Amino acid sequence: MFAGKFLEKIKEKFSSWDKNAEKYRSKKSLPRFFTISGEDINELYTPLDIKGSSADDYFEKQINFPGEYPYTRGIHPTMYRTKMWTFRQFAGMASPEETNERFKYILAQGGTGLSTAFDLPTLMGYDSDQPQSLGEVGKCGVAVDTLADMEIIFEGIDLGKVSVSMTINSPASIILAMYLAVAEKKGVPLDKLRGTLQNDILKEYIAQKEFIYPPKPSIKLITDMMAYCLKNVPQWNTISISGYHIREAGSTAAQELAFTLADGFCYIEAAIEAGLDVDEFAPRLSFFFNAHSDFFEEIAKYRAARRIYARHMKERYKAKNQRSWLLRFHTQTAGCSLTAQQPENNIVRTAIQALSAVMGGTQSLHTNAMDETLALPSERAALIALRTQQVIAHETGVANTVDPLGGSYFVEALTDKMEKEAEEYFAEIEKRGGVLTCIEEGFFQTEIARAAYQFQKEIESKERVIVGVNDYTLENEKIDIPVLKIDKECERKQIAALQKIKAERNNGQVQVLLDKLKQVATDGGNTFEAILECSREYATLGEMCDVLRSVWGEHVENPAAMQVS
Amino acid sequence: MEKKVRVLLAKPGLDGHDRGVKVIAAALRDAGMEVIYTGLRQTPQMIVDAAIQEDVDAIGVSILSGAHMTLFPAILEELKAKDATDIILFGGGIIPDDDKTELEKMGVAKIFTPGAPTEEAIKFLREAAGSRSPKE
Amino acid sequence: MVSLDKFYNGNVRALSQLISAIEYQQNGVHKTLGEIFPKAAGSLKIGITGPPGAGKSTLVNSLAHQFIDSGNKVGILAVDPTSPFTGGALLGDRVRMNEFPIDGRVYFRSMATRGSSGGLSAATDNATLALGAFGYDIILIETVGVGQVELDIIDSCDAVIVVLVPESGDSVQTMKAGLMEIGDVFVVNKCDRPGSDRMAADLRYAIDSWKRFDEGWIAPVVCTEAINGKNLDELFEKVQTFVKYSKDSGRFVSQRRQQISKKIMSLLQNRFRQEFLDQIDTGGKIESYIDEIVGGKSNPFDVGEKLYQQFRP
Repeated sequence: MFAGKFLEKIKEKFSSWDKNAEKYRSKKSLPRFFTISGEDINELYTPLDIKGSSADDYFEKQINFPGEYPYTRGIHPTMYRTKMWTFRQFAGMASPEETNERFKYILAQGGTGLSTAFDLPTLMGYDSDQPQSLGEVGKCGVAVDTLADMEIIFEGIDLGKVSVSMTINSPASIILAMYLAVAEKKGVPLDKLRGTLQNDILKEYIAQKEFIYPPKPSIKLITDMMAYCLKNVPQWNTISISGYHIREAGSTAAQELAFTLADGFCYIEAAIEAGLDVDEFAPRLSFFFNAHSDFFEEIAKYRAARRIYARHMKERYKAKNQRSWLLRFHTQTAGCSLTAQQPENNIVRTAIQALSAVMGGTQSLHTNAMDETLALPSERAALIALRTQQVIAHETGVANTVDPLGGSYFVEALTDKMEKEAEEYFAEIEKRGGVLTCIEEGFFQTEIARAAYQFQKEIESKERVIVGVNDYTLENEKIDIPVLKIDKECERKQIAALQKIKAERNNGQVQVLLDKLKQVATDGGNTFEAILECSREYATLGEMCDVLRSVWGEHVENPAAMQVS
Repeated sequence: MEKKVRVLLAKPGLDGHDRGVKVIAAALRDAGMEVIYTGLRQTPQMIVDAAIQEDVDAIGVSILSGAHMTLFPAILEELKAKDATDIILFGGGIIPDDDKTELEKMGVAKIFTPGAPTEEAIKFLREAAGSRSPKE
Repeated sequence: MVSLDKFYNGNVRALSQLISAIEYQQNGVHKTLGEIFPKAAGSLKIGITGPPGAGKSTLVNSLAHQFIDSGNKVGILAVDPTSPFTGGALLGDRVRMNEFPIDGRVYFRSMATRGSSGGLSAATDNATLALGAFGYDIILIETVGVGQVELDIIDSCDAVIVVLVPESGDSVQTMKAGLMEIGDVFVVNKCDRPGSDRMAADLRYAIDSWKRFDEGWIAPVVCTEAINGKNLDELFEKVQTFVKYSKDSGRFVSQRRQQISKKIMSLLQNRFRQEFLDQIDTGGKIESYIDEIVGGKSNPFDVGEKLYQQFRP
């Protein structure tokens, strides 16, 4: 892109500038200039920082046009001018009824996608009436025990028209099966259904720790579902490979990028091994990244992600369909960056983070509410969060042009650096025996914990300033913002509803189908169809998970993963 | 031999967010303490049982799921039942101020809210463990 | 001092506090240990050692399950390293305890090495006495596992299981002699990984050619996949076979005699050492000798001799 002569000239010019700049370097406005991930940043970037830029094919190979391989500038030729990103706000209220109400509210406010958060018992595969669930029913999301709950959640919503995202992992098959059963009952053809299931178990072992079974059978559950959906629910994104939680657990941007893509490649290899055609399933994979506060680092991360993915899909997995090369992603602003102190500042943080996701070419976006560090968002805070996206889309002008920062020396250099660091991690993971082995040995976990500890130490030494926390604090600030509380009544009601269903359903048939599921899991057959059959008959989520636990056992984290050096 | 502060760190309930508990574990270790980490999804009974077997000075629990008003009292109950109320109970997580006050009234020695430096926890533990009645 | 009444009444806190007293070498603890010593003789002590990441704690966990299922009470001591810089330790082995019933059939204690370097803490051996006397008839000891042969374990155990993984090939080469010396049963864990067959074959060959002092027992090699529960029954059976052999052949008794002899010697050594150091290192004497040496007026050999003569003229 840059001719050799041109670079020579810049080199000359650079040294004279450097001499002049030296006069100012003794004074520093900050002790250290580094990213939120701890990467040191140069004072200035010029074409000299872009490696290989004098090669004839540099532009075509590294950057190219949007919608063209390797998609550094975006997966679509015209991006937001043709299709604005989806404003997808996460909402999971205590009860199925309230969730339904919130969904209808979001649709009425101009939201275009629905996103469901489940409560912890549901995420961990327990029913509301199991002892493990005590005190947690309806907290952090909605409780789903049986098909009946899903029927209430989606009552009055046209499933053929909305796209629904469901954030659940270990029991993802069960929740999808219930959703399909609701659609069947409403008479919506399965091939009309659109949505995304998180279903990313690998990052659970790595970061969020909501796992049930050991890694191998968990992967089997996923490939079973992928096989079913390819045939029957072709528009469904069966898995959303998530870096979000890896970042929340304390990773650096490069770790988020590398570990997430490594997870993605692990699923792809498992699906290929299960006999699926890469060009059939790959277009249904999507990603989910975090948007943290380091503006340029984040943009570089998204751009690098697209390029790395396209290259691996084309060259390593030999995908031929161009749609298989596209890394489509959802973004959520960083919950871990929000502070309980001076919570209004979180609106600002979220806005800047959201802006980086948009500049990085996200396909959909969730903006956090300012009070999310303390509890589920209040309605007012949730509305401001949605409005933040609308302001970015309609008032700032950033959506007018594709990849507005492409060609910035800094952003291109940072994008290259991200890619390089990710490739180094891939090599290390490979050397250690692959993703599953690294999980078993606690490699990812310790890498992340080390980064989190490092970050904390930087805050405590004040090398890093967090506004309102270790600097610019208010004296005697009482942490007192409206916090949405879930009343205990919700738990009681949910249990009563569950017991009613258990009394009314055909219990003989449920037992027969649960036994069948057990047989299928033991024999290594496709579990998804068996789960769907159980769901239609109102078998509970806990019953199905218990069956699978009895066959596969439960996963325990390696103590090595506790060591933080 | 110099007295070592021994601390049990646990995550009760179903939530698996262990970033905070791991950071505090590393910080306490680096402050010279012996930290026993029990891992995820501990019931109050498991936590207190472990604390007794490990003969710790203090139990620290991290709760981000919102179930703190159920879990802390249950741990206190269990300590009482096992005649082990001399073991210090402290905690951290997403806990609003009002709940914090109520929990400290119930007998939780200290609640650390988000953003509290690890140095505070270290200082608290050194003092609290130091003033524990010496062993028989 | 810890109340032995409570201890004998089965109060778990008393046991835990006794172990702490052992760790701190509290005054009078040797007397207590002497008193409980005969009651500990009946318990069987099994050590589990191997490099980091070999899956020791998963195997300890599975053995504990097998022993409680066959009617035993199991005490577990898991040793992790103390940082030489900060004196702190992060003891994480307890995470595998989640699946055990909380009914007193299993007791788990995490121990930091607190400066010891042989794979156990100085207190581990005495802690086994406390567990044994309290009624735990099986005691499992998991060593630090820092990738070197941890010899302490043979002085505290009746049987030693050495756990390796296919990737430990290189370290096995360098540690071979030491490993052969301590292992009664060998495990190649994570045998779903490439290289496990070769690892097992190499081990068998080494065991065959080692010809340890006790030729009546050829240490078996068991290939397991602990995380998925594979071949753990075989391991349990091999351990039991070894214990039976050891008891029948008289090796068990002779080994215990050796351990007792070593223990007496080490108690004496510690006692003498302490007494000696207490006598000579008063009033900064050592420091002034060092000044002399640094100043070129003396040397460590002469100083050593002089101090010894003062102590034992």
